[in-house]
Amino acid sequence: MTIKMFIPRESTALSLGAHDVAQAVSDYSTQHKVELNLIRNGSRGMFWLEPMVEVETSKGRFAYGPVDVSDVPSIMTDITTNVLSKHTQAHSLALGLTEELAYLKKQTRLTFARAGITDPLSLSDYLALDGFTGLHKALAATSQEIVTTVVDSGLRGRGGAAFPTGIKWQTVHDAPSDKKYIVCNADEGDSGTFADRLVMECDPFMLIEGMIIAGLAVGADEGYIYLRSEYPVADEILQEAIVIATKEGYLGNNICGSGRTFNLEIRLGAEAYICGEETSLLESMEGKRGVVRFKPPLPAIEGFFGKPTVVNNVLSLSAIPYILSQGGQAYQQYGANRSRGTLPFQLAGNVKQGGLIELPFGSTLQSLLNDFSGGTQSERPIRAIQVGGPLGAYLPTSKFDIPLDYEAFTKASAVLGHGGIVIFDDTVDMLEQARFSMEFCVDESCGKCTPCRIGSTRGVEVIDRIKDDESRAENMILLSDLCETMINGSLCAMGSMTPIPVISAYKDFPEDFHLPSSNAVLEETNHG
Amino acid sequence: MQLDFSSDLSNVVKIIDTLKHKKGALLPILHQIQREIGYIPLKTIDTIAKKLQQTPAEIHGVISFYHQFRTSQPGEHKIQICRAEACQSRGSRGLEQHAKEHLDIEYRGTTADKKFSLDSVYCLGNCATGPNIRINDELYGRVSNEKFERLVSTFKTKAKGR
Ligand SMILES: Cc1cc2nc3c(=O)[nH]c(=O)nc-3n(C[C@H](O)[C@H](O)[C@H](O)COP(=O)(O)O)c2cc1C
Ligand code: SF4
Ligand code: FES
Repeated sequence: MTIKMFIPRESTALSLGAHDVAQAVSDYSTQHKVELNLIRNGSRGMFWLEPMVEVETSKGRFAYGPVDVSDVPSIMTDITTNVLSKHTQAHSLALGLTEELAYLKKQTRLTFARAGITDPLSLSDYLALDGFTGLHKALAATSQEIVTTVVDSGLRGRGGAAFPTGIKWQTVHDAPSDKKYIVCNADEGDSGTFADRLVMECDPFMLIEGMIIAGLAVGADEGYIYLRSEYPVADEILQEAIVIATKEGYLGNNICGSGRTFNLEIRLGAEAYICGEETSLLESMEGKRGVVRFKPPLPAIEGFFGKPTVVNNVLSLSAIPYILSQGGQAYQQYGANRSRGTLPFQLAGNVKQGGLIELPFGSTLQSLLNDFSGGTQSERPIRAIQVGGPLGAYLPTSKFDIPLDYEAFTKASAVLGHGGIVIFDDTVDMLEQARFSMEFCVDESCGKCTPCRIGSTRGVEVIDRIKDDESRAENMILLSDLCETMINGSLCAMGSMTPIPVISAYKDFPEDFHLPSSNAVLEETNHG
Repeated sequence: MQLDFSSDLSNVVKIIDTLKHKKGALLPILHQIQREIGYIPLKTIDTIAKKLQQTPAEIHGVISFYHQFRTSQPGEHKIQICRAEACQSRGSRGLEQHAKEHLDIEYRGTTADKKFSLDSVYCLGNCATGPNIRINDELYGRVSNEKFERLVSTFKTKAKGR
């Protein structure tokens, strides 16, 4: 009898030893003459359990985790003596049936429905779980019908700015041009985020399908994935997936025999956060310094080499196959207020049970923490949470009940962004975090505008003086004025949003700046 | 073993000729040169410029914009430590300090024996299991000071990585 087992080939699992575990399992089976079918799957996104090892039975997949090489012999014994014959487990790392794990059961996985279940490079796995049904619907529809379906879904861009995807597509659809492009923004620079990476490593055909559909919708026959070079595993898996999709006729000059064309290529970034900004990204793809462009013209009108271009985040494009296959309404029924559908939240930082949590908009941080986090890794109390990446606010515990939707976060001077949630315990020094935000801007500014380029350098200096208790009151006013200047005088969000984490640090954690908790000076500034 | 391209630009010419038909070919070309040689030797810049019909200053400007590209030879193994927020919250500031002391170099430095270069990076996308480091193309999670030292001694005996 053949034993079918699963060990992820996804980056987090690999970073914790998944290759060695896979080798040990395969060595064990050779030595003990066990017939083994070892699948290198994606990850379910429960990172504290990685490397997670699963075995298939007639009752479903049983899991173990986190597995070390030294655990392999005892796990193999448990599998052969208990799991396969009796559907029970008697091992200290036993997790039971994967599908029954509360962390997964409490989620609404639309985009991540296949992640961790399939072999990311198995086209038959993809097809068996609804893969390419959206594409077939799109091929049978007119381009306007596709765009309208996306408008109806209420999908908004998942890269940060939350611009309605359907409206962006309509603009490119309507732009007259002999050439148009689809560009996938896979620069995922925000600390605390990994959802794009998980898509690319665990379900690459879904992203490819989303991009082909985008091409059909707007009349583009060429697509690029701008992938950050920090993701070598994603690069490797995507490259292979593109080769397979081309060979099987999903990409190329005759998509599924329809006579339509779509070709796809990966372009690597080179460690520059600003290249996630869409116009900087386009400059970079054109072989230039990633200096941000003035808008207008919008990329939808004049994008890659001046041609109408859809620039969408990985998650926006990955929501498309579901929307086409199930309909705009099916997606639209999830969510809250103007934030429709689901957002893959990413629970990160000082947390026990970090991972990928796909939920409809409208929950709160507090309930997400209660349901999923398991507390901090350090077992100390949570003091601050940074949501929405390095340009997002640090939230104190009193703000954990803000609903997780775009408008509610904006109203609270916070950022939902790409859905990254980074937890800090009570040892965090918020002055150091504010200093880091300014320092990050010094390193990553494209240099086009003075408030961003020079302002951030001044910001670091001013914060250092506050730290050293040099004319603290005056320097606090200087810092707040500096933030104001950056907010008002910067061309893009790099400069205009760097003050958000800084201001949240000194307003909500004034004690770290050695300020009294109600500080009259600061209450008047930065919009109260 | 380090390859010496000082007298022979033919590989660089070959890289450029295979890639220059691409739209916006410069970044793919720079990546490929750095992949094969380990860095972008200054003497290749004139060749790249000529072949792409750009000025050497333009090529220089692009190389200097991106943190990844370098014009000096790195160590045999390239170590990067994530210094972004999620890793900070799991102790990366302490790890950075320890790594610098252990290797006796600062960021952007190379050890005297030319075995290791040390750089920082902003986020490796492994933010729930930090602190994280990357050595060549491999990612390592939950890196304690001891794990760091263990990895360094393992790589010390390994051949040149990419
Ligand atoms: C400094 C900066 C960094 C950004 N980084 C990213 C990124 O890494 N990934 C991304 O998808 N969008 C990023 N964006 C947003 C993009 O400019 C753009 O809004 C997005 O790619 C559009 O796609 P969407 O509508 O699908 O979100 C960034 C914006 C700024 C200002
Ligand atoms: S705000 Fe900063 S990053 Fe944005 S365009 Fe200006 S200088 Fe460049
Ligand atoms: S912050 Fe270090 S890997 Fe993301």
